[in-house]
Amino acid sequence: MRLSLDFRGTVIVAILGVLFMLIAPSLFSKVTIIKLNVPIALALLALSLALVWGYGGILCFGQTAFFGLGAYAYSIAALNFGGSTGAILVAILVAAAAAAILGYVVFYGRVSDVYLAVITLTVTLILYSLMRRTSGPDYKIGDALLGGFNGIKSPKLNLPWDHTDTLNRLELFYPSIVALILAYLLCGWLVRTHFGRVCESIRENELRAELIGYDTRLYKLGIFTIGAALAGLAGVLFCIGVTRVTPDVFNLYTASLTIIWVIVGGRGTLIGPILGAFGLYYLTEWLGKTASLNNNLILGIVLIVFVLGVPKGVVPTITDWIQQRRGTRSMRATERRMRMRRARAVSEEPGE
Amino acid sequence: MTFNRRKFMVGASAIALAAPGIVGRARADDIKFVSILDQSGGLDIYGKPMVDATRMAIDELNQAGGLNGSMVNLKVYDPQSTIQFYTQYATEAAAGDEANVVHAGITSASREAIRPTFAEFETLYFYNTLYEGGVCDMNNFCTGSTPAQTVEKLVPHTMNKWGKKVYIIAADYNYGQITAQWVGKYVRDNGGEAVATEFFPLDVTNFGPTIKKIQAAKPDMVMSALVGGAHVSFYRQYAAAGMNKSIPIASTTFGVGNEHKLISAEEGDGMICAYSYFEEIDSPANKDFVSRFQAFVGDGAPALNELAARSYEGAMLWAEAVKAAGTADRMPVIEALRSGLSFAGPSGAVTIEPKTNHALQNVYLAELKDQSFNIIETHESQPPTDTLLVCDLVGDPDQSTFKFENGLEAAGIKL
Amino acid sequence: MDLVIAVILQILYGIANLALISLGLAIIFGMMRVINLAHGEFLMLGGYTVVVATNNGVNLWFAMLVLAPVVVGVIGVIVERLLIRWLYGRMVDTLLATWGLSLLFIGLVTTIFGASTATTISPPLGVVHIGEYTSSGYELFLIGVTIALLILVWAVLKFTKLGLVSRGTMQNAEMAEALGVSTNRIYMVTFGLGAMVSGLAGGLLAPITGVLPTIGAIYIAKAFITVISGGMAILAGTTSASVLLGGVNGIVDFLTGPTIGEVALLLTAIILLRLMPRGITGSWFKKSL
Repeated sequence: MRLSLDFRGTVIVAILGVLFMLIAPSLFSKVTIIKLNVPIALALLALSLALVWGYGGILCFGQTAFFGLGAYAYSIAALNFGGSTGAILVAILVAAAAAAILGYVVFYGRVSDVYLAVITLTVTLILYSLMRRTSGPDYKIGDALLGGFNGIKSPKLNLPWDHTDTLNRLELFYPSIVALILAYLLCGWLVRTHFGRVCESIRENELRAELIGYDTRLYKLGIFTIGAALAGLAGVLFCIGVTRVTPDVFNLYTASLTIIWVIVGGRGTLIGPILGAFGLYYLTEWLGKTASLNNNLILGIVLIVFVLGVPKGVVPTITDWIQQRRGTRSMRATERRMRMRRARAVSEEPGE
Repeated sequence: MTFNRRKFMVGASAIALAAPGIVGRARADDIKFVSILDQSGGLDIYGKPMVDATRMAIDELNQAGGLNGSMVNLKVYDPQSTIQFYTQYATEAAAGDEANVVHAGITSASREAIRPTFAEFETLYFYNTLYEGGVCDMNNFCTGSTPAQTVEKLVPHTMNKWGKKVYIIAADYNYGQITAQWVGKYVRDNGGEAVATEFFPLDVTNFGPTIKKIQAAKPDMVMSALVGGAHVSFYRQYAAAGMNKSIPIASTTFGVGNEHKLISAEEGDGMICAYSYFEEIDSPANKDFVSRFQAFVGDGAPALNELAARSYEGAMLWAEAVKAAGTADRMPVIEALRSGLSFAGPSGAVTIEPKTNHALQNVYLAELKDQSFNIIETHESQPPTDTLLVCDLVGDPDQSTFKFENGLEAAGIKL
Repeated sequence: MDLVIAVILQILYGIANLALISLGLAIIFGMMRVINLAHGEFLMLGGYTVVVATNNGVNLWFAMLVLAPVVVGVIGVIVERLLIRWLYGRMVDTLLATWGLSLLFIGLVTTIFGASTATTISPPLGVVHIGEYTSSGYELFLIGVTIALLILVWAVLKFTKLGLVSRGTMQNAEMAEALGVSTNRIYMVTFGLGAMVSGLAGGLLAPITGVLPTIGAIYIAKAFITVISGGMAILAGTTSASVLLGGVNGIVDFLTGPTIGEVALLLTAIILLRLMPRGITGSWFKKSL
């Protein structure tokens, strides 16, 4: 595949990510590196929603359902297998399978946008309530007790060829950030393939895409499932970083937070939601450290100000501003490029 | 791979050693005390009084000139009732702040999320909450009461008073289930009968069906181990059905979230509860403590309960150990704590039991009247009998496990 | 026999409870396609109104039936004017904004009243004897109030000019606008109405559940599941979903225990959404309110 012009930006960001990975250990303290694991996992979750929602146009309010399923599946499988490698695959498969089933129900049931959002949220909330009710010795899968409210201890990551050589949380930084960079490249590549462009055209106008001859349901199901697989992987990294998974991964707070990262960072970009996740994560962490005013109060005000003041999200607002400064000429070029891209996506034969 | 990992580790730890110089601390010789307790989100009802009490303890220590000539520097982190912030702040406290001691955690889930971090970074850890028991960890001191301590006294007292048929209701998670098992055991041991045991998810607010079942079962009393804001509804609905007049309730969990202030006097009157501390304890030490606390917090000071009092006593217990050891370094302080060290606080003497790193403590029974408790029985210096069954740190010091993680049976206890 | 009557009343109460906590959410969702994530906090504010008012010597009935709906209704209108009206047609942004609002309310109430608030109220109306069994008179009253509230909302929608106009706006806002209806005002009134109903529900539940700043989180999940299971039609949806979910929950609860009872409710919701992704009224009673 030829590297397109747009993809170059993605590669540059990825290279910056790799550079960060290489210099971070000599730039930051050990604590900062260990503490990066959790926001990296959350950023991967944000990225998965950026793909599903920003490019697929599917507002999945319950992306955390797949995130949490991934975390639980990993912990349960790793406790049973005694190693993490197979457990990661299980986690990704469970998340993807859950999304395939749910996606089949909603897309082939022709459920539209608002309902899609609330059904996915409802599924998450149901999982939340269910997992909180699994306390006691009766609820177990293999050797792993589900643990109800208290959750399950998540085993550490080990080297694929030696399950006794486990990675501590400092070393976890490498697989975590590599996973995030690879996922970012994968998403950046995916949205520029034929498949990605069809998904984007469905987002813009589903009826038109369908009339041209694409089975929109299949494309939506595809991008939904891929997004869920990424969310599942994010869940794996999250629970290892936290050392534990509890039903709280399914609660309304986490579900809404995921949406908010994408909105704050900017829909329709991939890097925006990642930055949104990091930014809001460090904001809430900082609020918890200062502990002067009630955190809910401040976070609530920040969000409301944001939705009224910066509705497009940070990254698109900044790019718009830069483009305005550059003058209209380059904007026209961008527009022309966008038009061509869309025309190309639509004119190509379906199922090519 | 191995080479790279080693290199990374060496590089990172060199930086960690250099970090204090870069970051810059207020005072190098200060003793660092970190508290990680929820002050927002659903658990703030428990966390806020605990933080107030901790602040007061540190304030009093510094007013008295600090410890061994050093000031105690308190940092408070609010994990906002989310587990991931517990892990993050614990890492920050242990590896970043290089705290001398961390007092943290309300739920067992939060404690289990952070305990490994403190073990890994060798940071002394205090958990001051009443819980299901079973932590066996050289590095972790659990000062709260455990079910066997309180239930053992409450069950015989109330059975003698009200009768032998007991209906058990409890919150549906590890703590509630283990407490219910202890209740069942002591009911049988005292010649009674547990007619039914029911568990409630923590977000249930409609207790109607259970109230009808209690009416059908006609027990002599109800033993409650319900937990949290939603479960307060039970006591109101129970009273609304007129049941509080006919079948009385006893509990080891009612009051620790100041539930007795959340329901009206006529709904709560007559309940009997057991804790290792009540605000109403009639001793000069406690009366002084209560007035100091109210002066310290000012208007809107919350009612004091075991969680708050033990947060204060836990901090003071640690301070005694630092004084005895002559240093705030971890191992000397642990040795001092385990040498039978005691602190005479508002709840009476609290003494560390060296086999379990839990506390010998007074247990009080109290009857609720007009939204306040009247102490009716005092049992001095009760040992943590449940944890003692599974834990012996004297015999085997290198332990760091939560024995009751998967319930009592998994720990080999048959009740 | 006594037990049967007592059990039936209890199940009815469970159903009424679900309907009561969901109705305000259903009104705002059904009429405006706005998902109000601050719904739980509207209920909480209703409860706080009652507790604060009674602590200051206000009559309990007046506080529950008048003050709670009025206060929360006014808050609803203010919220709509200051926040929601800028966001119509941007469903996602309203989600975000109402979620921010929910955090704001929790933070505000915690800051003003502390993490918990002492109360002196208890459910009025005494005890009703059914043979050997007793029920709370107040629970029976709540069943009645819920039915009355459903009828009232139905009557408003069906017979008043406001109801007609708002139903028209709900079906086709542009057409209504073209016919001279100020949809802007209709949305404001509808939002206020939904908030009022939530406030009333929160106020009525305060004596039986108590109040905490974070209590909304307990209600919101159930209200959500009920409304989504019910579908777009406000009354038929809420009622049918409450009857189904509350009924299943109550019956299983009696037969087994509260944990399995809750699980049964959730599984019913999952199966329902599999069979009818648009909720009950997406498949049946399509034309109803």
